[in-house]
Amino acid sequence: MDKKKNKNKKLNEWPRHRVQILWALLTNSYLIGFARGKIYTGKLKNLCLPGINCYSCPGALGSCPVGALQAVIGSWNFKFTFYVAGFLMFVGALMGRFVCGFLCPFGLIQDLLYKIPVPKKIKTFRGDRLLRRLKYVFLLVFVILLPLFLVDILGQGAPYFCKLICPVGTLEGSVPLVLLNQSMRNAVGWLYAWKNVLLIALIILSVILYRPFCKYICPLGAIYSAFNSVAIFRYQVNPEKCTHCGACAKVCKMQVNPEKQINSPECIRCGQCKKICPTGAITSKLHTPSASHGAHDNSEAPLPQQPRTPENDS
Amino acid sequence: MKQFLRSRAAGISLAALGLLMMGIGIFRGEMTVVFTKAINICLECIGIG
Repeated sequence: MDKKKNKNKKLNEWPRHRVQILWALLTNSYLIGFARGKIYTGKLKNLCLPGINCYSCPGALGSCPVGALQAVIGSWNFKFTFYVAGFLMFVGALMGRFVCGFLCPFGLIQDLLYKIPVPKKIKTFRGDRLLRRLKYVFLLVFVILLPLFLVDILGQGAPYFCKLICPVGTLEGSVPLVLLNQSMRNAVGWLYAWKNVLLIALIILSVILYRPFCKYICPLGAIYSAFNSVAIFRYQVNPEKCTHCGACAKVCKMQVNPEKQINSPECIRCGQCKKICPTGAITSKLHTPSASHGAHDNSEAPLPQQPRTPENDS
Repeated sequence: MKQFLRSRAAGISLAALGLLMMGIGIFRGEMTVVFTKAINICLECIGIG
C-alpha cells in the first residue's frame, strides 16, 4: 500500500500541470476580450507563441505559429516565411517537444480530459504507429501546400488547417466569440457546425486516449518533433545505470520506449520516465552530472540489482 | 555528421540560424503580415468565413 502511495507521489503530474496552467493564463490574459467578445490588438501580437494558441481567442496576447505560418505563405507577396520558420527553428532547437508537454494550452486541456475516470482507457491500438504519421500529412497538405497553391485571383491562400480542421481555434476562438457576439451568431454556417463536430469528437476521444490531437493531428508537434533529437534540452540514458527493467516504457503515455529511443519524435518531455526510473538512469542534458545525481533520489524505490534476462526472470 | 547532430553545438547552431531567419523575416516585413492577421478576428480560423 505504502509502496503504491510512494509511486503515485513520485509520478504526480500536478507540478507540470501547474506550469501549463500558469503559461496558459499568462498568454491568454486579455480578460477584457472575454467580457467584450473582442480580441487583443496590441503590439504583442507581432510575436508568435511557442504552442498552438488561436490568435482569435479573446484572451490571446500573441500569435499562433501555425496560423502565422499559413498567413505569411498564403499572402500575395510572400511565399516563404523566414520569420515564422526561424521562430519555430529557434524554439525547436532550444527545447523540441518540451513545448507540447509544458507550454501548449491545448495540451493541458487534453491532459486534464484524460484524468476523467472511465471504465477503460485505450493505451494503444492496431494502426496507432501509422496514424502518428498523419500529423506530418496535415502539416504538409493543410499548412503548407494548400495555402501556397490553392489561391484566389489575388494570389492569396486561406489558412486551410485553421479553416477546416483546427479544433483549437474552435474551442479558444469561435465558441467564446460566437457566444459573446450577436453578429457572429448570425453568421455561423456548416463550417462552424463541422468544426464543432470535430471538437466534440476530439474531446470525447481525449477522455479515453491520451492526447489524440498531439499524436495524430498537430502540425506544430510535427515540426517540433524533428528537433527532438538535436534540441539543446534533451534526455539521455546512462547505459551503465539502466537495468532494462522497462518501467520507463510502461509509464510513457506517448508509447515511447526511452531505453531504445530516448529522444523519440513522439516524446513530449513530460518527465514521467525520469521520475519512475529506479536507478536514475534517465537525465536531461541540461543537468550537470552532479545535479543529475541530486535530481534522482531513488532511495524509496526498489533497485533491481541485475539486468533483466530470461534466466533471472524465471 | 551524426556526431555533430548528437552534440549540443547542433542545437546551438540551429537556434542561431533560427534567430537569423527571424531577423531576415522581420527585415522583409513578414511581421506586419502576422500582426495584421492576428489583430483581426480570423473568420476562417473560427469556422465562420
